[in-house]
Amino acid sequence: MNDPGSHSSPSRPAALRSGSLWLPPEHSWRRLPMLGLVLAVVGLGGSLAFGFMSEANRRQLWHSWLVGSLFVLSIALGGLFFVLIHHSTQAGWSVVLRRIAEHVMGTLPFLALPFLPLLLFGMGDLFDWSHADAAQNALLLHKRPYLNVTFFVIRNVVYFAIWSAMAVWFSRLSRLQDETGDHELTRRMRRASSPGLILFALTVTFFAFDWLMSLEPEWYSTIFGVYFFAGSAMAFFAFLSLAMIAARRAGLLTEVLSAEHQHDVGKLLLTFVIFWTYMAFSQYLLIWYANLPEETVFFALRSAGSWRIASAALALGHFVVPFFFLLPRSVKRNAAPLAAVSLWLLAMHLLDLYWLVMPALHPAGMAPSLLDATALIGCCGVFLAAFGGALRRQALVPLRDPRLPESLTFENL
Amino acid sequence: MARLGILRPSLPPGALFGALAEFANPAELYHACEGVRDAGYTRWDAHAPFPVHGLERAMGLKASRLPWVVLVAALGGAIAGMSLQGWVSTIAYPLVISGKPFFSWPAFIPITFELSVLGGAFGAVLGMFAMNQLPTLHHPLFSSTRFERASDDGFFISIESWDPRFDRDRTVDLLRRLGAREVELVASGTELPE
Repeated sequence: MNDPGSHSSPSRPAALRSGSLWLPPEHSWRRLPMLGLVLAVVGLGGSLAFGFMSEANRRQLWHSWLVGSLFVLSIALGGLFFVLIHHSTQAGWSVVLRRIAEHVMGTLPFLALPFLPLLLFGMGDLFDWSHADAAQNALLLHKRPYLNVTFFVIRNVVYFAIWSAMAVWFSRLSRLQDETGDHELTRRMRRASSPGLILFALTVTFFAFDWLMSLEPEWYSTIFGVYFFAGSAMAFFAFLSLAMIAARRAGLLTEVLSAEHQHDVGKLLLTFVIFWTYMAFSQYLLIWYANLPEETVFFALRSAGSWRIASAALALGHFVVPFFFLLPRSVKRNAAPLAAVSLWLLAMHLLDLYWLVMPALHPAGMAPSLLDATALIGCCGVFLAAFGGALRRQALVPLRDPRLPESLTFENL
Repeated sequence: MARLGILRPSLPPGALFGALAEFANPAELYHACEGVRDAGYTRWDAHAPFPVHGLERAMGLKASRLPWVVLVAALGGAIAGMSLQGWVSTIAYPLVISGKPFFSWPAFIPITFELSVLGGAFGAVLGMFAMNQLPTLHHPLFSSTRFERASDDGFFISIESWDPRFDRDRTVDLLRRLGAREVELVASGTELPE
């Protein structure tokens, strides 16, 4: 708002009359689904071919596959969280970003695909508790009512059903509003968002217990679900920053997205860097202080051999460096530094997941494998194909959201 | 409103403090600020009963240095918290607690964190007071009865007399040209008003 005297804003702001609200017919981003599909087929196909060459490879395959799947799924869950929070707080500033977040959460139904082979073929190689001889271990026998294959599969069907239903429902109403402009749709989404957040919190917590904590089934940490959520939300905001910056460089939403929106996404990124650290340290401090063997095993494993380096790298690279780097206002408002720190944090999120999964397979130390790369590329391909497909079908902002004008003129004070 | 953060010299009673101009509404104030800024004045301020969006840009205010005060105070709090606990546990009164080393830094993090928050909060509040020269019990502008409306429905610009570009006639002229409804000259007074 350069002129505070002109309070009579036109019913259709000038930014919305520009042509950059849709993907133009010949735009390079229209090829994203094809690119994603190629990456998915090459990455996942290559992983399977290489993985079934030997038994050791097969165990590596499913662990690498899990890291790759969790990487993209956590970003998608962060997108769902953002949409739910946006509606429940009746946010105004973030309306122009909501469509991108909706596309990110829209990948959730498709991300069940990489989890399907894990459920069907990978569980034996991933989870000790799924073996027949687990009954001889008193602790695992005690946990059997929860940790058994049937219930695990049922739970995962429920998680993905809930996430997909929420993603589809919120996207559908948002798209419907583009056509009808009905304000009642905004109210309906707001009313659904709070129960949605409760469902989200419960499913994400148990999902993290199931796929990550049960890799070391004798260990437990009640804060673990929040830890996984904190990293996921951070990864989503890193992805959102990159998507905003990339869109503007590709000539999309140039009149719509401003340094003000970027500034706020940068603030949220910093917030979740801190929140992740808060959770990670809370988990570490209590386990370190109480010093109970059944709890310390998690950190004992991660201070052995080269895992110690990964742990130190997480403390520095997932907190100290990005925290101080993201503090100045100018970093959040400029594209180049924000893109750099976002890429860095996505890499750190990947390291975090690797650090959670792999010590179960390689207790002696880090053992990078070609499968880590191919599985990751394949899973990112699935994500990219679903995300790019959604981009082609809809306008890039919620065109007739009642708070869109507010979002367009939003300024940080 | 935010001051430009320049210390005011002490003037003898009765000397000219500056020129005070009243504007009809926020939009006129905003454009007048742009004019005063472009005329090259540096020792001046704008007054409005409520925050006017974008006024700091119209006034040409630079980014506040307060974040640096907060950063230093927060780091100071963190260093103080960690070193206090470290000193107590290793030098002043070393005590074995649950078999941990004397310098058990993970256990010291919560207090270090709290003290850095406390330091940052004090830095923000006290730094803001210092930069705004608060508390200021009396200000020469208070001698203008018109200025009482600055907290009600009045919009003002005050240009102070020690501004290098200040000239009694030309400054008043400029303010009138920028659309001021009224311009008055305000005397400096150290006594409290009656």
